[in-house]
This record gives sequence, C-alpha cells and structure tokens, in this order.
Amino acid sequence: MAGQALVLRDITCTFPPSSASAAAYTAVSGAALALGEGEFVAIVGPTGCGKSTLLNVAAGLLQPSAGEILVFGARLAGINRRAGYMFQQDALLPWLTARGNVALGLELRGTAKREAAERADQWLARVGLSGAGDRYPHQLSGGMKKRVALAQVLVLGPEILLMDEPFSALDIQTRQLMENELLDIWSADRKSVFFVTHDLEEAISLADRVVVLSSGPASRPIADFPVDIPRPRDVTEIVQSPRYLDVHRRIWEILKKEVLKGYAQGKVA
Amino acid sequence: MALRVKIWAWRIACLAVIIVLWQIASEQSTLMKFLFGAPIAIAGRLWAWWTSGVIYRHLGITLIETLLSFAIGCGLALILGLWLALNNLLAAVLDPFIKAANSMPRLILAPIFAVWFGLGIWSKVALGVTLVFFVVFFNVYQGIKDVSPVVLANARMLGASRRQLIHRVYIPSALTWVFSSLHVSVGMAFVGAVIGEYLGSAAGVGYLILQAEGTFDIDTVLAGIIMLTIFALILDTVITLIEGSLLVWRPKQN
Repeated sequence: MAGQALVLRDITCTFPPSSASAAAYTAVSGAALALGEGEFVAIVGPTGCGKSTLLNVAAGLLQPSAGEILVFGARLAGINRRAGYMFQQDALLPWLTARGNVALGLELRGTAKREAAERADQWLARVGLSGAGDRYPHQLSGGMKKRVALAQVLVLGPEILLMDEPFSALDIQTRQLMENELLDIWSADRKSVFFVTHDLEEAISLADRVVVLSSGPASRPIADFPVDIPRPRDVTEIVQSPRYLDVHRRIWEILKKEVLKGYAQGKVA
Repeated sequence: MALRVKIWAWRIACLAVIIVLWQIASEQSTLMKFLFGAPIAIAGRLWAWWTSGVIYRHLGITLIETLLSFAIGCGLALILGLWLALNNLLAAVLDPFIKAANSMPRLILAPIFAVWFGLGIWSKVALGVTLVFFVVFFNVYQGIKDVSPVVLANARMLGASRRQLIHRVYIPSALTWVFSSLHVSVGMAFVGAVIGEYLGSAAGVGYLILQAEGTFDIDTVLAGIIMLTIFALILDTVITLIEGSLLVWRPKQN
C-alpha cells in the first residue's frame, strides 16, 4: 500500500461539563488510527463510543483536546480541505435544489455558476438522479437525498471520504442498493474512506479493514481486522460467503463484549 | 365546486342583508344617520373619489409610506438581527434594551416623529419602521439560531468561509422566517402609515379620515375605512402570491 492518507495520533477529546454539577466527559482517549491511500476502513463500535467524534476530528470540525492529525503527512489545522464528509443526518441545504446543493461546493470554491451547474448535473446522473436536478430536498425520498448528498461530496473530488453512518436511516433494500452503488463509484478511483457504522454487516461488506472501538467513555480502537474478501463485491450476496461468516464471527466476539459493557454502563447511568 | 359556489352565495347574501338593514336603520332618524352613516351615501362618496381621481394621490401616498416603512424596517432588522445572532456577547448586553424598546407602546412616538421629520411622509415611515423592525428582527434572530448545526458543518466542509456561511446559509435561513411573517410585518407597516397620517399629515387616506372627522362627516370616515380595508385585503393577497413563489422549497404544511 502507498502512503498514509490520514493519521490520527493519540487523540483525546474531552468535552467541558454541561452544567456545574456534571463532570467533564472524555469521549475518546489516546486513540490512534491510520488510513492508507486508497484504503476503505470501517469503524465499528457500540452506540455512544465516540465514532462520530473521531470522524469530526478527522474532518477538522472538532479540535481534539490532545493529539495530532496528519493529512498526507501534513499537520491538520482548521477544516480538512482534502476530505469530503457525508453526514448521518440530513445535511442538504433545504432552500437549494438538488442541482444547487451539488453545485454549492464548487461555487464556494470559485467555480463559475454555469460550469458548476453542468458538473452538478453530471454527478446527479452518475448517482442515478438525472432529471431530479430541479427538485428541492423535501420533494426527494430518503434514498434520493442520500444520493444527492453523495454527489454533493464527490463532485469536489476529495481524496479522503469521511462517512458517518450515511445509510443508517434508510430501509434495508435501499440501503443495500446504495452500498453497492458506493462500492461501484469507489472502485472507479479508490479514494481513501473512513466509514463509521454501528452495523457490523455493513462494515464487513464494504471495507478492506474493520476497526473496533471500545465502549465509551474514553474509548479507543481495540482491534483491527483485515477483510480479505475479493472485490468486486455484492453486499446482498457477500453475507453468505464462508469468508464473510468467519470474519464476522471473529469480530463479533470482541464487539459483543464492548456492546454489553456499553449496555451495562447505560443502565447504571 | 358546488360547495364553493354555495359558500360564496351565502357570503354575498350576508353582506347584502347587513347593507340593507344598515340603510333601513339609518333612514329611521337624523340621529341614526349622523351616528352610523348610510351605505348609499358612503357608496356615493367612494364613487366620487374614484371618478374624480382624488383618491389616487392619497392612496399612492399611503402605499409609498407602507412600502418604505417595510423596506427600511426589514433592512435594519436584517442587519441588526444578523449581527446580534452571531455575536452572543452583544446579544446578551443589548437584550434588556431590546425588550424594553419592544414593550414600549411605540405608536405614542408618532408626535415626536412629527416634530423630528415634519408632516410629510417621513414621520409616517419612521413610525412604520419602529413597528416593522421588531417583528422582522425577532424572526431574523430566530431564523439564524434555527440553522441546523449539521447543515452548517456540511457547508463548512464544502468549503464555505465565514462570509460565505452568512450569504449562503444564515441569510437564506433568516429570510424564510422573515417571509413567513410577511403578513404581520406588512400589516404593521400599513398600520404605521395610517396611524401616522391620522395623527397629523397633509395627505393620505388617514388624512382624509381625519379631515372628515373634523366636520363630523361619518359617511366620509366610513368610506375611508372601507378604502383601507379593501386596500389591506389587496396587499394581503399580493403577499400570499409573493410568499408562494419565494418559499417554493419549503414543504407544504398540512
């Protein structure tokens, strides 16, 4: 594998107490994580383990309390300009059409309006939404909104793709469809991807490597599994292959303990 | 369709009954006619206004005052609302002043504005602005506080600078709130204009009413009020049309 696209070193994120009586909350503590160029890494962990926190740190949206981030070897300060971020929640601008949303990043970076619109249309076509360019987000279904969001990020040609449970709100059929499409698009130019999910099946079907985070607070990566299932993959079929089942069993052994730990803590709190 | 026709038939019937009863009542005695006016006389007055063209100038002035109050009030509110919503310290410092200014019965400022700006349109515009400002200001403030943090984070990741965030995210969000309060704010501008005229002016529909009141000409007063009502309804319809085209992106509420 070539160089490292993204390196997180000893990242600790402590949030100040929300009230005088509360204690400060450490979401992530001493976390180290690396993403190779062209690598697809999935991050799994129990709910509330700081997966999104790590992703926000990698994006430069959140300043860690300690630690450093290297983007292609350079220290990150401010927003990570070489990364695209796909959010879990709806992040489209509701007052812009699908085309306007996809063109937005280009316009913000100084591309002329007409050219931005043309390139937006090309990307909308690529995610299977040609003809929906004039629709507003509220006129699109959940799956279509995700496609627009994907096009919105990819039109900028980011070298790193950060994805925070992007498909978790979709029904299972739409979701598998989107996963296959993502793999399809990804295989064309092999961007480096950090894909956060709580769904182990999704993680294994998509990724080259699955990283398991311990349950929060103060969570950190505790295990790292390569997924040696050959590509191209079809997420609807992969779940029956013996290799998939083997990896799944090994990861689940570790993940299960963390999930139970997190569950027990949740009950105490 | 049949229901619509039925509803309209009943509405017209109601109006006809009211007018006929009113006319009959007014003919019972001179006192009644003096106190309540008579529909036929009022209609005659309206007719005379329109045919002679007297009313155009007055309506025009009231309309200009309304539009100016609205535009200036909105502009100021947008600037100050943006500034305060994006600056927590400033907002905290100014909070009691804004509350006080908002609680003050601002119509009472009309005489002061008349002294400051004279009897022309600007004293009315000033009064309208004080009324429009607060409606729009609170909406702008809310609109900016209402911006989803995810949308904001997304815009930043897509490369928006602070200035671009204001242009592409904060202002559009604030404008939705402003648009959705257009009925109230334009109504306020209209109230400011008419009350201002009524309290001292040389032209405008409020001035016509004031003049007529001075001579106990109830018919003309009522004709003026009817003019204002029709005018307000037209204004409201126009706003509904504008609103529809400005807020196409918003989901329809059912």
